[in-house]
Amino acid sequence: MFRQLLRNSVLRRILAALGTLFGVAVFVFLMLRAIPGDQISSGLGTEAAALTPAQREALEAYYGLDQPLVVQFFSWLGNIFTGNLGFSSRAQTSVLDLTAAALPVTFELAIFSIVIALAIGIPLGMLSASKPDSFRDGVGQVVGLAGLSIPAFLLGTALLAILAQSLGFNPNGQGYARLFDDPLLNLQQMLLPSIVLGFGIAAPIMRTTRTAVLEIRANDFIRTAKAKGVPPRRLQVRHVLGNALVPIVTMTGLQFGYLLGGAVVVEQIFSLPGIGRQVLLGIQQKEYALVQSTVLVIALAFVIVNLLTDLLYRVIDPRVRAA
Amino acid sequence: MSTARWASLGALTATGVAAALVITGCSAPASNPSEGGSNASGGDLVIGVTSDPDTLFPWKATQFQAVNVLQNLYGTLTEFDEELNVVPGLAESWDVSDDGLTVTFHLREGVTFADGSAFDSADVKYSLDAIADEATAAVAASSLASVAAVEATDESTVTLTLSAPDAALPANLAVINMAMLSSDDTEEALNTTPNGTGPFVLEDRSPSQSLTLAKNDDYWGDTALLDSVEFRVIPDESSIVSAMQSGNVQLAVFDDPLVAQTAEGANVEVATTPQLSYHALQLNATRGDLADVNVRLAMQCAIDRQEVLDTAALGEGEVTGPITSPAFKSDPEARPCPERDLDKAAEYLKKAGKEDGVTVKTIVSQGEYATSVNEAQNLKAQLADANITLDLEVLESGAFVDRWIAADFDAAVALNGGRPDPDGMYGRYFTSTGNLNQVAGYSSPELDALFAEGRETADPEKRKEIYAQVSENLEDNAAWIWLFTSYTYTATASTVDGFTPMANGSLQYLRTTSLQ
Repeated sequence: MFRQLLRNSVLRRILAALGTLFGVAVFVFLMLRAIPGDQISSGLGTEAAALTPAQREALEAYYGLDQPLVVQFFSWLGNIFTGNLGFSSRAQTSVLDLTAAALPVTFELAIFSIVIALAIGIPLGMLSASKPDSFRDGVGQVVGLAGLSIPAFLLGTALLAILAQSLGFNPNGQGYARLFDDPLLNLQQMLLPSIVLGFGIAAPIMRTTRTAVLEIRANDFIRTAKAKGVPPRRLQVRHVLGNALVPIVTMTGLQFGYLLGGAVVVEQIFSLPGIGRQVLLGIQQKEYALVQSTVLVIALAFVIVNLLTDLLYRVIDPRVRAA
Repeated sequence: MSTARWASLGALTATGVAAALVITGCSAPASNPSEGGSNASGGDLVIGVTSDPDTLFPWKATQFQAVNVLQNLYGTLTEFDEELNVVPGLAESWDVSDDGLTVTFHLREGVTFADGSAFDSADVKYSLDAIADEATAAVAASSLASVAAVEATDESTVTLTLSAPDAALPANLAVINMAMLSSDDTEEALNTTPNGTGPFVLEDRSPSQSLTLAKNDDYWGDTALLDSVEFRVIPDESSIVSAMQSGNVQLAVFDDPLVAQTAEGANVEVATTPQLSYHALQLNATRGDLADVNVRLAMQCAIDRQEVLDTAALGEGEVTGPITSPAFKSDPEARPCPERDLDKAAEYLKKAGKEDGVTVKTIVSQGEYATSVNEAQNLKAQLADANITLDLEVLESGAFVDRWIAADFDAAVALNGGRPDPDGMYGRYFTSTGNLNQVAGYSSPELDALFAEGRETADPEKRKEIYAQVSENLEDNAAWIWLFTSYTYTATASTVDGFTPMANGSLQYLRTTSLQ
């Protein structure tokens, strides 16, 4: 019975995901404590030298640092199951509230970036593949390479500097507007960061598209379709692209998961109060609960995106369903 | 992140030097702050900051951003004016008894907290007792070491009984870590809802995004001109610059000269303000070869300070002696080797019997402030010419602070916060019972006596002489090697009027600022 359950691939994946999450929890917990300094010394800096032992003890008790590591770990983990992600002493609110506010920002950013990346990457990849090693292939490759090699901080800073200086356009210098409070301003604020992030991800998507299209086109069934007189446009879209989608979806899923945690630099430059910046701030302030819980949330999002990507394959490609 | 937490130690207490550096409209008809202010219609000022306050509780705030915000929300018994003189704050005046052992504060009447309750002597007694109490873990507790008892004599009078005369006390009471809180408040409540007597009150806070203050109509002094001040978090300094260029932000304080340069433009002016905080090569005279004063003097003679300043900080700063506050300033030329002198360095090494040279393990922090590693490398190169090897250990800032606190180093490249009063600045380092003496690594009976004398002396002129001797003693014994002080850069939009930048970027003068 149990063995049968295990054979159920979806269930197996969920169990693996839980194992991954536990591993992440242990790893983050230990890594954070391996970094020198704690919340007290990072808050007080060198002034911490002036603390008397009694003062330090009082502060350690306040932050819960006086407990043994194992106790700290399991009380944090136990709290998570009750929905308590911990408390941020810096923000004076629960980590859950902070995360609930930050997650939608990053999520929105990730979706826009992916849309932009797909809008650039897929056509460019198909264009490159349509005539391999030609001039247009070269152009596509160069654009892809540029996306990969120009760092986000450089592109972001340059865009901001140029637009702010010459056009006075800098929606990100204003306070952050939530999507439902002020949709117009929100979309403006998301525009530049999405372009910066999207441009970076367009490159791998473009390359994946190119390779996949070339591969599919070499297949017999394409030749057959062509022989049967399928019009070129239909052949490209229906037969070639349709079949090339599987690797593209995989790549997109991976990039999306990466975006959820990896938008740190862009969120920093464009001052978006997202999840990446939350982790960064937490690390700087050595707010253990904040970092641990946020990283766990990011890992969870990553795992869920991966599961969804898996399920999406099954819809797109019947061969995977059978396996 | 926290712009140089070391510099923030300066923010802890230090205030301004640069009265002369009031931003004045260059081309626009000169605007007199008080004139412009009287008919100004207020406005909403936006200040760009790289991170938001790590705490709103004034007794524990050391971070630069937190100090800046809290200074506008809370009141202290005494204050600094723009020239760094101690002036009345919540105490209208104070008398010191002839023996220096009793200080009586006469409190301002009609002062209220943000919640409407009245401020009186009970609040002062509560605040001073709590700050001195170890359990509170208030960072300025040591400033009250000489206070034996606090008594609320009547509603508007507070009497402090001292165990020894303490001339530095009025200056020490002017820092925001000495804020007067209402005796009805708890730390827990104040963490989210500040309740002070300052010119502004907290209006709104959104963690890591922004914090907005509104003017306090019931403020005891002149009511602030601005309707509101928003501290908007823009983590990246160059993003703040572009926000200023597009007019979204009107004021920002930078400590990187390159960033400040890019900010300067048609609509943005940048004022340069010398700081009290200082760059030094701290020497631990209790360890190894450095225990010999001749080795320390050899190091001192082998360093060209201007070269360190030029190579590490683009020449943006001034060579300094130990004391940086204008009223007590040390003469940077008054030291055994005002110029680099390798022959003299060799002589000192010979005297120490170390002709073959010495090796000094030096810790350097990475990321705490911009110039640290460059300073260290330049020092290493210069000292190498004198047969002295600096063995550099570059540490992540948290690791650096840990090692520094434990005094686990021979030498440390450090940026330390300065204070207006030399006793507050160095007493804790260089007296044998000072709480940072272990970190300073040097003390002597002569210095102990000098610091004690300085505390007991009320006459400003005499104190000046005493601290000149302290400065001389520190240099002659090469307790540390003092290098230079740097600047802060206050960028303001041309619409901002009446703001006076102070050393380390204190924003106390927001209360006289208006927008045109």
